[in-house]
Amino acid sequence: VKRGTKLGVGERRSFTLGIGMLAWLVALIWIFPVGWTLLTSFKTEQDAAAQTLNQGLSFGRYHDIAQSTPGTLSLQTAFMNSLVVVLVSTLIVLVLALPAAYALAIRPVHKWRDVLFFFISTKFLPVVASIFPIYVYAEKWNLIGTRTILIILYVAINLPLAVWMTRSFFMEVPRELIEAAEIDGTSIINQLRSVILPIAAPGIAATALLCVIFAWNEYFYALQLNFASGSTMPQWVISNVSTRGNFLAKLSAASIVACLPVILAGWAAQKRMIRGLSMGALK
Amino acid sequence: LTAAAADVALKGRVGDPFSSAWRRRLPLLPALLYSIAVTQLPFLVSIYYSFTNLKDKTQSLIPEPTKFVGIDNYKQIFSDPFFRQAVWTSVQMTVFAVVLSLVFGTLFALLLDRKFLGQGLVRTLLITPFLLMPVVAALIWKQQMFSSLFGLLDKALTFLGLSSVQFISSHPLASIVTVLVWQWTPFMMLIILAGLQSQPGDILESANVDGASGFGIFRQLTLPHLRRYLELGALLGSIFIVQAFDAIDVMTGGGPGSTNIPYYVYQESIGGGFRYGSASAYAIVVVIFSIIIATFALRVLSSLFKDEERA
Repeated sequence: VKRGTKLGVGERRSFTLGIGMLAWLVALIWIFPVGWTLLTSFKTEQDAAAQTLNQGLSFGRYHDIAQSTPGTLSLQTAFMNSLVVVLVSTLIVLVLALPAAYALAIRPVHKWRDVLFFFISTKFLPVVASIFPIYVYAEKWNLIGTRTILIILYVAINLPLAVWMTRSFFMEVPRELIEAAEIDGTSIINQLRSVILPIAAPGIAATALLCVIFAWNEYFYALQLNFASGSTMPQWVISNVSTRGNFLAKLSAASIVACLPVILAGWAAQKRMIRGLSMGALK
Repeated sequence: LTAAAADVALKGRVGDPFSSAWRRRLPLLPALLYSIAVTQLPFLVSIYYSFTNLKDKTQSLIPEPTKFVGIDNYKQIFSDPFFRQAVWTSVQMTVFAVVLSLVFGTLFALLLDRKFLGQGLVRTLLITPFLLMPVVAALIWKQQMFSSLFGLLDKALTFLGLSSVQFISSHPLASIVTVLVWQWTPFMMLIILAGLQSQPGDILESANVDGASGFGIFRQLTLPHLRRYLELGALLGSIFIVQAFDAIDVMTGGGPGSTNIPYYVYQESIGGGFRYGSASAYAIVVVIFSIIIATFALRVLSSLFKDEERA
């Protein structure tokens, strides 16, 4: 039976139709808050606050949120900070994880299982348990408020996930190809480049996308260590909540702008996402 | 020919076992050392802090010298009613959020396991809340749904002629759990769906031919098969949800009934208390709890993992 195409013997057509309609209904209910936020982002502030639609829809709020007020965090600054932190940290993660996955999947080291479980156990350590030493040393080394400290921490957050995920994709590279390359005396770097990467490329891309999502959405470290000029997108979204005047439409536009990049990344990676989320245990 | 060549390659290494072992380890070392340095060392420093009275010097009017206080910080934990409250909030928040998202996730996965028009699109829509920034998810629910000023729920109540409810201030825990369930249901759904799709189709078919009822098949075959996937979902979910911070910070800022352990530790330290010494002791207690959950999680992971190797 092909996956996801189960049609029980003797099942009636109307039953299948009912399942489909129910699934659609559930999906629309679940996505409703996002859909409503998207709609609100095109409204005027008055309409948004009253939850009405009298003054039409426009891109006006998107224009508003792009305007920077001196002295406050601007979209441009936060976006650049997020972009640099996310891309650089993901790149470092891949540079560290790919050779590690090679040493855990293709030519496994002695006790490779213990090493794998060590990586995953670092994910189980609550972040609050190590935040004060990190804060104290970041202060000592003048890293508070910099992109550098976030890059260092996001690499550590995503590394276990990336090692597990890429290892699981490397396991699928046919052994014969690697053995042939080894006999030809190809170096590890060249083996990775010419034999393994072309086959594992879609999996590595999915790994990178998951790392991007987690780094982009991260708020705790960003809040603790980067409250000033180094602030990232989550802090910028929050800065759109105001205690004076209506802000719901602008906040909605800001939410959409902040989430759109990772929603697209997640949609692109969804087929392989489960492997990363289950630490490689599921396919 | 290849066997002979492999033999030669092997012999080349036999003479030098040490360098061969290190050549294998070398690609692993950068990642391993990085992980140890950034995740394990600070934790060791935390253990050290937990035995001192370290405070942020710039935050206190009369700076006192840092000194070793033995297990005083740990003793204090047991007499702190706020910490007990935070433990209880953590337990409730995690259990409600994990169980509810597992139930919804399983139901959604059962629907998605069927063939229907637009199946892929429905799946794409359903996973979207999980991709949202947790901060944004919390803000959407706070401002668009729960708010007594412009929330849709409030408008709905007014429309029905009922009086408004201050959702977040009168039911902080339920409000936060709602957001967590909304975001984590897709995660559970994906795990259960992977379980459903790994079911051997021939067994289901023969059960069907034998005239077993749909519910009977589900209870006798599907549910036992799903058990380990449910366990995996529950444990991975617990590990992440027990650390929930973003939703609490955005929705209540840690009011009564919504401060979980991580948020309490945060308030005691860099969130305003600046008592790093005693806060470290709380953090170490959290780690001990986490290790207990993680031990079970690792066991389930490793059993799934062995099956994969066998397959």
